[in-house]
Amino acid sequence: MIGILALQGGVEEHRHSMSRCGAATRPVRRCEDLENICGMILPGGESTTITKLIISSGIGPSVRSLIDAGMPVWGTCAGSILLSRGGIWESADVEMQRNAYGPQRESRIRSGTIKGRLEKIPMVFIRAPRVVNISGDVEVLARADGDMVALRQRNVLLTTFHPELTSETYFADIFMGMVYSRTSQAASKG
Amino acid sequence: MNNEDRMVVNKGLAQMLKGGVIMDVTTPEQAKIAEDAGAVAVMALERVPADIRADGGVARMTDPSIIKEIQDAVSIPVMAKVRIGHFVEARVLEAIGIDYIDESEVLTPADQSHHINKHAFSVPFVCGCRNLGEALRRISEGASMIRTKGEAGTGNVVEAVKHMRQLMLEIRRAVSMTDDELYSYAKELACSADLLVEVKRLGRLPVVNFAAGGIATPCDAALMMNLGADGVFVGSGIFKSGNPQVTARAIVEATAHFDKPEIIAKVSAGLGSAMKGIEISAIPDNEILQARGW
Repeated sequence: MIGILALQGGVEEHRHSMSRCGAATRPVRRCEDLENICGMILPGGESTTITKLIISSGIGPSVRSLIDAGMPVWGTCAGSILLSRGGIWESADVEMQRNAYGPQRESRIRSGTIKGRLEKIPMVFIRAPRVVNISGDVEVLARADGDMVALRQRNVLLTTFHPELTSETYFADIFMGMVYSRTSQAASKG
Repeated sequence: MNNEDRMVVNKGLAQMLKGGVIMDVTTPEQAKIAEDAGAVAVMALERVPADIRADGGVARMTDPSIIKEIQDAVSIPVMAKVRIGHFVEARVLEAIGIDYIDESEVLTPADQSHHINKHAFSVPFVCGCRNLGEALRRISEGASMIRTKGEAGTGNVVEAVKHMRQLMLEIRRAVSMTDDELYSYAKELACSADLLVEVKRLGRLPVVNFAAGGIATPCDAALMMNLGADGVFVGSGIFKSGNPQVTARAIVEATAHFDKPEIIAKVSAGLGSAMKGIEISAIPDNEILQARGW
């Protein structure tokens, strides 16, 4: 079961994208929704709004301990801000600048390069954040116009754009791969 | 960027606002209060609808210098209203980098028969509707977000409920029809048959749909969410209330947890006075805002 943080933002879009990968999902708004989830998606939305709702709902510490224990988590756009330095969960050694490209007229679909793949893919950037610094064992998975736009550090996946708004499932597949490898590890330790 | 890509990012911004509250503000200080309360966006105005209603006269686009101050005060998206059909006001808002334009019946219409051709703009538009036909006509013209109209500036949710129920009923009707029947339904609704086919396929509008016009309390906001709204606009309801900070925060919580009465009860307690509100039948016909546009 994949939990999708559903306090505000593009929740349905991730639900559809996960169902294309064959994964069952559950919206997460309160602590009881976290039970038995093996991965979590933090959708796009307004990071200031989502942060306030996380605090008032009281789910912040529980999600943090799940992430610290190795549960795969994927943040897109605003969701990636929550996982970066200065965000509520600070789970990755990544610094981001919010809404770095300017107002909505600067939002666009860019052609991005994925590490190890020849053909470029379209990436939807909407009032997107920009990665300004990384450190530690953060791996850059994709770039667009020179910017780092997809990153992975251990169990944390970050995309500053919205893979869930296109039919491209590359990043959903990476995330599900992280989930399967964790659940099979857990099973073998058994 | 081509029009198709532009539509994806413009519809996409509205998708990222879902589950949120968009608040009317008239000063940078109010904008900051709204952002601190958890608003997903603010609507920059010179006067809130309740004051527009009370003052009378012609209501126009807000002075760009006020909008600029509000843009500088917050990091969340800033929206602003233009008069129906006034494409030059829209060009001005586009030029100052507004994030979303509301082609709104709350302002005095500039054109009695034409809405703005919104395909000609790179900036996204939200438009009002009272039913499915009106929603699909606006989407045909390029709107990338819809809101039900309600009756702005009244603090009375009854018209917002009427319009949302009507829209949802007509969507369910379209979903239940065969493709053959949809063509005659499109004629009846005076809308694009292709868009109606898409509504049937999706089981909803092809763009995000917020509720607006008369939402004044956390319960009102949660009511609209339960009726199928993707989010809510709150106009006069916040800064005409006794305690704007707390009311704004409570409406944000009630919108996010619309299906949890315990949470709505908690945030509704001790809010102080809500805006006074007007009975719809007490409004003269020529002051009914929702009838503007077609």
